[in-house]
Parts: sequence; C-alpha cells; structure tokens
Amino acid sequence: MPAIPRGSRAWPAPTVKFSYQEYPLMQRYSGFGLFKHAFSHHENWQRMWRNPTPKPVYDVIIVGGGGHGLATAYYLAKEFGIKNVAVIEKGWLGGGNTARNTTIVRSNYLWDESAHLYEHAMKLWEGLSQDLNYNVMFSQRGVYNLCHTLQDMRDSERRVSANRLNGVDGELLDAKQVAAEIPYLDCSKNTRYPVLGSTVQRRGGVARHDAVAWGYARAADALGVDLIQQTEVIGFRKENGVCIGVETNKGFIGGKRVGVVTAGNSGHMAGLAGFRLPLESHPLQALVSEPIKPIIDSVIMSNAVHGYISQSDKGDLVIGAGIDGYNGYGQRGSYGTIEHTLQAIVEMFPVLSRVRMNRQWGGIVDTSPDACPIISKTPVPNLFFNCGWGTGGFKATPGSGHVFAASLAKGEMHPLAKPFSMDRFHTGALIDEHGAAAVAH
Amino acid sequence: MLHIFCPHCGELRSEEEFHAKGQAHIPRPLDPAACTDAEWGEYLFFRDNPRGIHHELWVHSAGCRKYFNATRHTVTYEILETYKIGEKPSVTAAGTAEKKASDQGVTA
Repeated sequence: MPAIPRGSRAWPAPTVKFSYQEYPLMQRYSGFGLFKHAFSHHENWQRMWRNPTPKPVYDVIIVGGGGHGLATAYYLAKEFGIKNVAVIEKGWLGGGNTARNTTIVRSNYLWDESAHLYEHAMKLWEGLSQDLNYNVMFSQRGVYNLCHTLQDMRDSERRVSANRLNGVDGELLDAKQVAAEIPYLDCSKNTRYPVLGSTVQRRGGVARHDAVAWGYARAADALGVDLIQQTEVIGFRKENGVCIGVETNKGFIGGKRVGVVTAGNSGHMAGLAGFRLPLESHPLQALVSEPIKPIIDSVIMSNAVHGYISQSDKGDLVIGAGIDGYNGYGQRGSYGTIEHTLQAIVEMFPVLSRVRMNRQWGGIVDTSPDACPIISKTPVPNLFFNCGWGTGGFKATPGSGHVFAASLAKGEMHPLAKPFSMDRFHTGALIDEHGAAAVAH
Repeated sequence: MLHIFCPHCGELRSEEEFHAKGQAHIPRPLDPAACTDAEWGEYLFFRDNPRGIHHELWVHSAGCRKYFNATRHTVTYEILETYKIGEKPSVTAAGTAEKKASDQGVTA
C-alpha cells in the first residue's frame, strides 16, 4: 500500500475490489471491520457512495439531498422495490438544514394526525442504526417541555393525555420532580417565570444529524440509488401538463415521478413548477458553546421563556429558539434573535451565564400557516412535494421519508400523509400544531 | 441587525424596534360572502415567498407604532426602500429585471 502523506486530501483507492453492478455493494461496518482497518491506519475505508453520471431517465427523481430526500430514496429502494432512483442535490448531501438543526427527536404532538406521523418516525428512529448499518447515535435521553404558567400546565396535561391515547409516551412532572431530574435548572421561586412543572417524553432525545444523512445516503447508494451532487434543478419539464422530468444546470433528466424535498427552497421550486405553496421561508438560528464538562443529560425546552438546550457528546451546549420574523433565504439572521435566545438560556440556567459561544449559524426553514408539513400531490400530475416542515423537520426524517416513498411508489398518498395534503388550506382542515411546538415561532 | 428607516418618524432605527408582519399589498376581498373556499384559502394562507425582492409590511412597534411597507431583498437582506401604506413601491422585481436588461443592452 502506498503511503499517503499526512494531511493529504487525496483519497486512497480502496484495496478491496468491488463492483458497482453487484449487490450488495456496501461493505458492512462492524467492530471487527474497525479492528481490521486499524492495521492499515484506517486509510483503506471504502468510499461511502459512488459519484455516478446521471442516466437519461429514472423511475423516481428526488430533488434535494437532505435527510428527508435521502430517506425517501432509501425507503423507495428498500421497502418498495424501486431502485432506479436519483437524488439530485445542488450542493452536497446533507448540507442544508440537516447540517444546521439542533438534532432533537420527539413525537409528543397534540393532534392525532401529527402524533401518528411523528410516532411513525420515532419507531423508525428506534431501529435506525441497525437498519442502516450506520451509527446515527440516536440517544433517547428524554425531552422536557417546561411549564411556567398555569395555562402551560393545563395545556401540557392535555397534551400528555392526548399523547398517551395515541400510544405516545409522556409524563407530567411537578416542580419538585423537575428540580430533582434537572439539577442545574433554576427552579427557585425568584425567577421571572418560575418553573411549575414539565412534560417529559423519555423516548425522545437526540441523534447525530450528519450521520443520519450519511447513513441514508450510503444505504441508498448500496441499493442502487444514484446520488447526483453539484447539480441544480432549474425547471420542470412538462408534457401535456404532466411532469416528465427536471431541467438541471447539467441538462435534462427524465423521471416518471418527481418528488421535491427542498425545505426552505420549496416555495421557489413550486414557482418553477408553476403554482404557489402556502409557505414562507425564514432564517432559524442556532448556536453551540465551547465544550464543557457534562452538565445537561437531556433536552430541555421552554416555550414561555423561549429557548431550548441540550449538550452534545463532545460537550458543546446546543442552543436554539425562534425564527427571525422576516422572510429570508440568506442562511443568517439578526443579532437581536441570538441575544433573546441566550437571555432565555441564562434565565433557565444562570450557571451558564459565562459560557462562551463557539459558533452560530442559520438555516432556511419553510414555515406553513398551521406549523405542519405539506406532503402532497400538486396541481402538476406526477410531481409531488414534501415540504413545510418548518422548524421541526429533523425529528421526522425517517417517517417523512418512509411515507413519502410509499406515496411516490404508489402514486397515491400514504394514509399517514393524507391529512397533510396542500388541499387543507382550501378546505380548512388545518392541523394546528402551534400549541405543541416546543418554542413558538 | 437591520437598520430600518421609518417613513413616519423619518429616522433610521434599529431592527429591535420593529416587527415584520409579512407580505404587503394583500387586498381584502371586497365581497367576502361571495368568495369560494379556494379564494378564501388564497387570501388567508398563500403568500409570495420570493428569493429576491419582496414587498412587506412592518410595524414600528417599539417606536411610533405605525405600519409601513418596505421593499427588501430576501437573500442579501438589503432594504431598498420604505414607504407609507397606500403608496406604491418604486423598486420592483419587474422593474429591476427591466433595468438589468437595458443595462446589459447598453454594455453590449
């Protein structure tokens, strides 16, 4: 094996010969593999996915190579037997909101429709690392939603009851229990909004966001899905009003069905397809602190004080709050929003007042009027959209991909996706989840 | 942090004093009872979400508390103008496209 100079960006060719035409294409990861690769200084790992040239036509084209898009492609190939699939991404895989979220996973939504959808995702999360043969570091460390007013307590009790009726775990804690479970949280009576209690979903937690995208990408690629990066969709080609493929900056790619999963850019994509979506794109900011010793072993969210916090395995505190009020595609927001976010965190955890923030960034979230996604057919036949996840899409990644794949495979919406049709903004059958949003947006 | 010129106060003030209120120039249906469900849906929920020039409503909530309109670019966040309710924007997406075309015509 030739020696690779340290710091070189050149990727060594895999020594194990494998053929892309064969299935399974993927070398499985295992403890033994880790041990074996240690002997070659970990320099001979197989590339995680190919870099294919687009075929002229696919059974299904997914526009957008984020978590939801890659999950859709994976389930299409794995569960629904459709392997002639392309994922078209203008940048790199998992480089948008998948790379920018605060990695929280929970399913304690109020209304039946959303509780079923997010719980569907939660069940897939629970076996995801094994399913993908990729450690997504899903850690069910518990998600607390704090209550600071009597109305918070009433709403939370209602939500926990509704969750339990839907088979979603949930508990309501009083202030003493909260103080015992979250030692550094200021539960004294001297705060402006004293903690009166909290809900907790113990099956909730966090996952490694990048690993989710990479795991899905690697597994989808192994099943034959073409992941086409650095290719921007600039239009949809229609024949007799029916979508027959996408125009890209590298030419036309045919697709019998097209699924668009482009988060903040969905409104723009709908414009290219010739219709409107009830979405507005906003910047949503997040921050991480310098790494510190373990202090927070769960996810703590407060709607009233308005912020949320968890701690990564590396030790950084991962912090977020609400969106910036104005529409924006700039992947950045205003300093005022950051200041409010950190005020809330210091209000909850005065002990953190002198922790320094390391990085801050923004993503573009596509917010819908009822804080629920749109998983839907569109006015253009054979063109489907999965968007509007707004500020809470990460937690739904497996479920969203699964129901969207089922819908694309059949051409009919999956029963769990049906209530999320874009028709609801005309019929009035909204699913108002603003109340179950962990922080108001 | 944006600096926003309030056309009522006649001053450039910090974004902290303002609230964004979404798309501007949405006419209320003249005969609401005659609207179809589709028209009501459009009026209530469907908004322009351009990547580029956007006309939007702002309120100077911690200042004069009056509403006004702004033309802002949603990628650069540059505020191109602010104007009072009832006035027409002088900068529009169509206008800038035309200007661009004529500029290119001059240089070519």
